[in-house]
Amino acid sequence: MFFLIFKRFVLGLITLFIVSLITFIGVEILPGDACTSYLEREAFGEALAACIKRLGLDIPAHERYLTWAYNVIQGDFGYSLSGQMQINEVLGPRIKNSLVLASAAIIIGIPLALILGIITALWRDKMPDIIISTVAIFSMTIPEFISATLLILIVAIWLEWLPGIVIVPTDVTFFELLPNIILPVIAIAMIMTAHMARMVRSSVIQVMASDYIQMAILKGVPYWKMVFKHVLPNALLPAINVVALTIAWLLGGVVVTEVVFNYPGLGRLVIESISNRDLPVVQALGIILASIYVSINFIADLLTLMLNPRLKTLQTRK
Amino acid sequence: MNTNIQEIKDLSIGFKSQKGEQISILRNITTNIRKGETVGIVGESGSGKSTLALAMMGYIKQGLFTTGGECFFKSLDLLKLNNKELVEIRGRKIAMIPQNAGQALTPNLKIGYQIEEALKLHTDFNKVEREQKSSELLNKVRLPSPKIMALRYPHELSGGQQQRVAVAMALAGNPELLLLDEPTTGLDVTTQAHVLELLKDIAKDTGKSMVYVSHDLGAIAQVCDRVIVMYAGEIVLEGPVRKILKEPIHPYTYGLLKSIPKLSLSGLPDSMPGSQPQPGNIRSGCSFYDRCNFSDDECKVKVPELKYLPEIDTSVRCFNHSELTSKTNEQKITSDSKKEITIDEILDLKDVSISYAKQGIIDQFLNKVTDTNPTVKDINININKGETIALVGESGSGKSTILKSIAGLLKTKDGYIKFDKEKLLSGDLKKRSSEDLRSIQLIFQNPDESLNPNHTVEQILSQPLKLYFGLTGSKLKSSIAELLEKVRLGAFYMSRYPRQLSGGEKQRIAVARAFAARPDIILCDEVTSALDVSVQAAVLDLLQKLKEELGTTYVFVSHDLAVVKAISDRVAVLYQGRLCEIGPSKDVYQFPSHPYTEVLIGAVLEPDPDVKPKLVAEDIVEEKPPEIGCSFQGRCPRILGEKCRQEVPPWQIGENGNAIRCHINIEELKIQQS
Repeated sequence: MFFLIFKRFVLGLITLFIVSLITFIGVEILPGDACTSYLEREAFGEALAACIKRLGLDIPAHERYLTWAYNVIQGDFGYSLSGQMQINEVLGPRIKNSLVLASAAIIIGIPLALILGIITALWRDKMPDIIISTVAIFSMTIPEFISATLLILIVAIWLEWLPGIVIVPTDVTFFELLPNIILPVIAIAMIMTAHMARMVRSSVIQVMASDYIQMAILKGVPYWKMVFKHVLPNALLPAINVVALTIAWLLGGVVVTEVVFNYPGLGRLVIESISNRDLPVVQALGIILASIYVSINFIADLLTLMLNPRLKTLQTRK
Repeated sequence: MNTNIQEIKDLSIGFKSQKGEQISILRNITTNIRKGETVGIVGESGSGKSTLALAMMGYIKQGLFTTGGECFFKSLDLLKLNNKELVEIRGRKIAMIPQNAGQALTPNLKIGYQIEEALKLHTDFNKVEREQKSSELLNKVRLPSPKIMALRYPHELSGGQQQRVAVAMALAGNPELLLLDEPTTGLDVTTQAHVLELLKDIAKDTGKSMVYVSHDLGAIAQVCDRVIVMYAGEIVLEGPVRKILKEPIHPYTYGLLKSIPKLSLSGLPDSMPGSQPQPGNIRSGCSFYDRCNFSDDECKVKVPELKYLPEIDTSVRCFNHSELTSKTNEQKITSDSKKEITIDEILDLKDVSISYAKQGIIDQFLNKVTDTNPTVKDINININKGETIALVGESGSGKSTILKSIAGLLKTKDGYIKFDKEKLLSGDLKKRSSEDLRSIQLIFQNPDESLNPNHTVEQILSQPLKLYFGLTGSKLKSSIAELLEKVRLGAFYMSRYPRQLSGGEKQRIAVARAFAARPDIILCDEVTSALDVSVQAAVLDLLQKLKEELGTTYVFVSHDLAVVKAISDRVAVLYQGRLCEIGPSKDVYQFPSHPYTEVLIGAVLEPDPDVKPKLVAEDIVEEKPPEIGCSFQGRCPRILGEKCRQEVPPWQIGENGNAIRCHINIEELKIQQS
């Protein structure tokens, strides 16, 4: 089992290396370079030469990759072009804001999804299932920019309960941020919860139809004991990976929602840095988002390995 | 009245079709289970036997509902109880032993917990007593070292052990009635015989009533006192086991018994025409009318009642049962139609070894052989043109592995496979020529999985014809029709999808697909194991006729020794991927044989309560073949000692021409086994 974990870990590192190469090469083969895209019409003569010198673009590409990679490993992403500041300083508060938004959505969304999924499965084709499933399908299919806009219209404009968009400096404190995130969280949680609840529902239904559940019933296990001991541990195991993907998706910045609400998170930074042609930031974001995906999936694999007795023994045996 | 533990009165169970029609699965079942008796419920798939068994616990599967009748356990109508009341009965008064224990044990819970849970629910024992009791139970079902067993998860046990755990779990609540739903189906022959032995002992020791549901008349014959035969949702025959199995007075039972291949007979069993009507397709009159040899006009219009004949304590649902009463169940000995095989080698397996172990990257690079103990080793078999050779053995014997490597699906590690005397068959499917691929075709065990559900029969059959012969248009169509005719199906089957066919029809299509390539060799991988007995007989018959007509060579893999005896010319017995014995089938089934063959033959269950299986070896499951010595050393009842553990036994040729790989002198074996 240790070997398997080690293997997954190394695979994750390789993935990150490849992603870093691709982002680097992608930026390289774009017509022009960081300086021409930043300076735009002034990209000639002395200004251009100074910029190239400053960013070290006169050094061969592979050497630049190596220095860049070396610095990234040490946690230094270099300088942003537009703000003339360290990328770390740009990223820091954005990551914090995205974390706040994602955590809130996770804390509300995942338990809710599990509960709704289980309820719909246990009361399959009965009233609770029909109502919840219908609502879920709606909130799944309505695109987030529409539901977000509707939320703003109703809650912020008509009812005037909450701010409609987030107009705060990037580095606000947590408590100042809190009232601002309620609407975005609702908008995200709606989609996320619906997806996960559907998935949990089908997983529970599948387990309920299995031979071992029929056996548990015939053995005389009372209903709720059966649900908690025999059904859920087996039904929720495959849900771990879906939860992991959802979390990764959330942390990676929910671009559309962040833009609609003007939320200063990673997602909006992606859009901003692309439209500003701030290539060093784009590169840094590529690596960071990839690391988030890789590490969360790695954690999910670890969890599945630990919780599934089948995988556990299969690995130790060999 | 008091002697009955369960009384079923006029029970009907059905479901609503998509059109809203009510379709019956069980129709007017009336029967009793007496105290201390073991009753067998027999029928083919779809006869409603499992539905009946579940109803006896007050359990109706989702989608089904009772349309009438009652099911009394003592004085309680189980079908009228609510869930809370049922929890009190299930496991405590009536317990179920499921068909596939591997799937019926909850995968995330340890064995010990699952048994203790049953104890906790149904007894007043405290924790210490429960632990002791669960050890006792595991002991009772003859599982080794109960303390260690209890800490294992279900998937860490072998099939036989899982089944034993299920038995232990059912016994935990000390129920009065045990329901067994195909408890030994899916187990190896020797394991099956051992589990049956255990169940019989439990019935004898505890005096519990048992209901034993099975399609296997051999198993029923071993354990039951009374038998209920079901057909298309009805009871057609009910009576004492000897009466039913030796002098069946219902035409269905009569035909069913005749279609079972038996070790005591040579040649193919008689097959029954047609198949059981599906629920919803049952017309007026007797449901067996279409397939019956004894029917008359009355049967066509009138439904026969289940009539009790007190003189033989038997109930029968047939107008003409008296015609059968006079017939004894003697089976005509079909003259051995098998021709002498001339020596004309078509396939030659020389020193074949196959390994599933993956080579590490570095070892691969250094071309180093890492697996010194491959799954299959030293296989030498020559197969002659027009011969049917069978590979027999339990699961893990490597029989399917060998088949796959002949088909090119697995690479051989050592040795070679030669086709048609000179052509060396590549272990890599992609490197085989189209001609070689055409020459060797494969029929799989389960036609549900081997036929594409989205293709019509026409599409399925046209693929090999297009691929190998480039047929198109009307030529293609007529070839397909010809093929269908060959497998005794009409041309109108062309437009059908696999789901519209019965199990037997599907397997016929799979046979037709194999023959479409006009192959020289057909590899049959357990082709009849997924089929009902009556259908199995028909498919075997078809295979035999096609072979006589076209001179095809079969390599027939099966775990069923009786089926193998019926169809094959030569038999190779395998244990742990090593050959034990090979020879003409009539000789392999006679002594002297290899001790493993002896064990296998001893474990075969005949549908006759007077023929008992002989259990000579423990049913231990070995995970890996031994590194040195005889492959069967771990279980051999006749083991000599160090010699068997250290040296690979030599081949000895018996007087009948069968070769045995054993250290014991063949003359000595003959004396020991007689």
